[in-house]
Amino acid sequence: MDLNLLLLATVDGLSYAGSLFLISLGLTLICGVFGVINVAHGSLYAFGGYSAASLLAWLLPHTSSTPVLVASLFVAAAVVGGCLGALLERSLLRHFQDRDPVLQLLVTFAVFMVLEDVQRMVWGATPVNAGDLATRLGTTELLGVTFMNYQLLFIPGVALVAYAGLQLLLRHSTAGRQIVAVIHHREVATALGINAARIGTLTFALAGALGALGGALSVPMTSFVPGLGAEMIVTSFAVIATAGLGQVTGALVAAVLIGMARSLAVYTLPELEVVMPYLMMVAVLLVRPHGLFSATAARRI
Amino acid sequence: MKSLATLKAWGTAALFALATAATAQPQPQRPAEIKLGMSTFMTGPASVLGAPAKAAADMWIEEFNAAGGLDGTKLSPTWIDEGQGADKFLSEYRRLAQEPGEKLMLSAISSGYCNALAPVAEDLKVINILWECSTEKVLEERRYKYVFRTGPNGTMEMVAAVLHLLKLKPDFKTLAVVNQDYAWGRDSWEIFRNTLLALKPDVKIVAELFPKFGAPDFSTEVTRLQALRPDVVLSTAWGGDLDTFLRQASQRGLLKSSQFVLPLADSSLERLGDAVPAGVIVGFVGDGYFADPESANDPEARAFVQKFKQRTGAYPNFAVYHMIQALKAATGAYRQALADNKGQWPTTDQLAATLRKLEYRGLSRPIRLREDGQALQGQLYGVTAKDASQPFPVARQLLFYPADILTPPVGQKSAEWVKTLKPALIQDSRIRRVGN
Repeated sequence: MDLNLLLLATVDGLSYAGSLFLISLGLTLICGVFGVINVAHGSLYAFGGYSAASLLAWLLPHTSSTPVLVASLFVAAAVVGGCLGALLERSLLRHFQDRDPVLQLLVTFAVFMVLEDVQRMVWGATPVNAGDLATRLGTTELLGVTFMNYQLLFIPGVALVAYAGLQLLLRHSTAGRQIVAVIHHREVATALGINAARIGTLTFALAGALGALGGALSVPMTSFVPGLGAEMIVTSFAVIATAGLGQVTGALVAAVLIGMARSLAVYTLPELEVVMPYLMMVAVLLVRPHGLFSATAARRI
Repeated sequence: MKSLATLKAWGTAALFALATAATAQPQPQRPAEIKLGMSTFMTGPASVLGAPAKAAADMWIEEFNAAGGLDGTKLSPTWIDEGQGADKFLSEYRRLAQEPGEKLMLSAISSGYCNALAPVAEDLKVINILWECSTEKVLEERRYKYVFRTGPNGTMEMVAAVLHLLKLKPDFKTLAVVNQDYAWGRDSWEIFRNTLLALKPDVKIVAELFPKFGAPDFSTEVTRLQALRPDVVLSTAWGGDLDTFLRQASQRGLLKSSQFVLPLADSSLERLGDAVPAGVIVGFVGDGYFADPESANDPEARAFVQKFKQRTGAYPNFAVYHMIQALKAATGAYRQALADNKGQWPTTDQLAATLRKLEYRGLSRPIRLREDGQALQGQLYGVTAKDASQPFPVARQLLFYPADILTPPVGQKSAEWVKTLKPALIQDSRIRRVGN
């Protein structure tokens, strides 16, 4: 495989990694804080995408300013994802948090199924998308191949900004540091005076907004159909399992790894493209069972 | 002694009469309703095809029952969702097929399910009409008495695709395929490839890409295709996948630099609108098309399209046409069997025998079922063109490929038959132009 193809594969891999990272970010936060895989995250992704598409459809006759339309994606994600996430936590998951983790998982699964049906009731079975927005940002020619600026520059850009923003939040703001403390050890954090319940709601709202953002940013590129949420959950689970549950930097590294592996597969062994994320996950977990990065944990006797 | 012998004689005669009566199927009474066990995708990504088909069926059955049904006997559909997974689907299917009373099953969309349910229907002696699934393997690998397909199979669709491509672009050199990674994507490619290599052995296949079913992103595939620059790109994808692939390909200029062949694009054209340029080869999985010039003179087809558009907001796609064909074949068979029986309600075996030689029409050209239960339905292929009357491209330069040249003879497997095709087939005189 010559250098040109390798470069093209890298470009594709990195832009795919950008959207993978955004989608997995919310999931890994919840995993870290609550210790449970939130299966309903797929629905948050889907709701984010569908709501963004609806908002854009409503806005398009009134304005043709691209920055406004792009901003509306973020607004839709923040509002819908944040509210849905917070609602989920306060009304449902809070009551199950001291129970068996398997039960918590099943509750999130039930929520996922309910939300899937709600989504189908509201938006139907026809594919929904917002393709014109991606076209507005133009194209770039690289090595003889045309790329969409939206996919090449915008999404990876937003992913990096989100990563930097989150790191800043977690390290330099009070709320953020409280989240880190709760991720590390909930009981001790509570003993130190942190309101773990409020942190829980805040985390869910943040994770919901991030998940919805993943969807909102995908809807200009992909067609949203019923069942997309389920696909997303499986792929993002592979990413966070590779990364180490609750690890934000790990999620970035894992997303890049899996994105690159998948895109290289399309160029060399296309048959393996579908299984690449899971092969990577297995390979990493065989060597490091807790994921690439993991918090040091004292062993309890 | 004499009385014992007489007793034995009478006893044997009585037993014989009883045995004959028991094995012969009794002529049933006319039922108040025919239960239709219908399956479609009501959830999941395939509901893009399944939901409009269900809407069409409900609409058609309503009208049929309102007009009196089958001289008083009404149709009563029960729907099974194919989106709930194979195990649950099969158990619901079995339950419906074992209910007492007059029933007919119309199932399924998914080729995987069709493979599984055909032996079940045969065992239970319930007539099953495979109304949508295209896999030619079901009816080729085993002879069924009670399983029929009222629409085309993958062999017809793909052979016609190759013929159309070779008619329009006889001198292309390279081809790439981007199909969904599941039964249909793989099987359709097998047939297409073998047919193409038989009719044009010097073609070079530069890439075979199979992204996963429901893939949200095709940008890597588009990049690879742009780097490879094939003359022709084939895709038998449908639904949300095809929408995403075409949109991404169009935004990056791939649709203009390569000739695209899309046998299942019919269902996506309306949604994609301007994203599809002129010049793309599209198929209709049969010959049902709302803008078919020959159906403009058919009042039934026109009325149906209008009513369907009013009810659902969209034009019918190929799944809708297949559903209507299946319903018309089923009710047509009942009418024919009733006529043959002089008004007596037919048994299942009699109905199956009637179906096996039935001639019927959906909303397009006449179709005939043959002895192995496969319908012979020709294929319509065309090229997209902009049209002022619609916000999306319309297919023009339509050619109709009759089923006789697209199907292996009864008993022969498609996989072997396509390898025996000769290039002279491309200029076969039975292929005809539709419209002007």
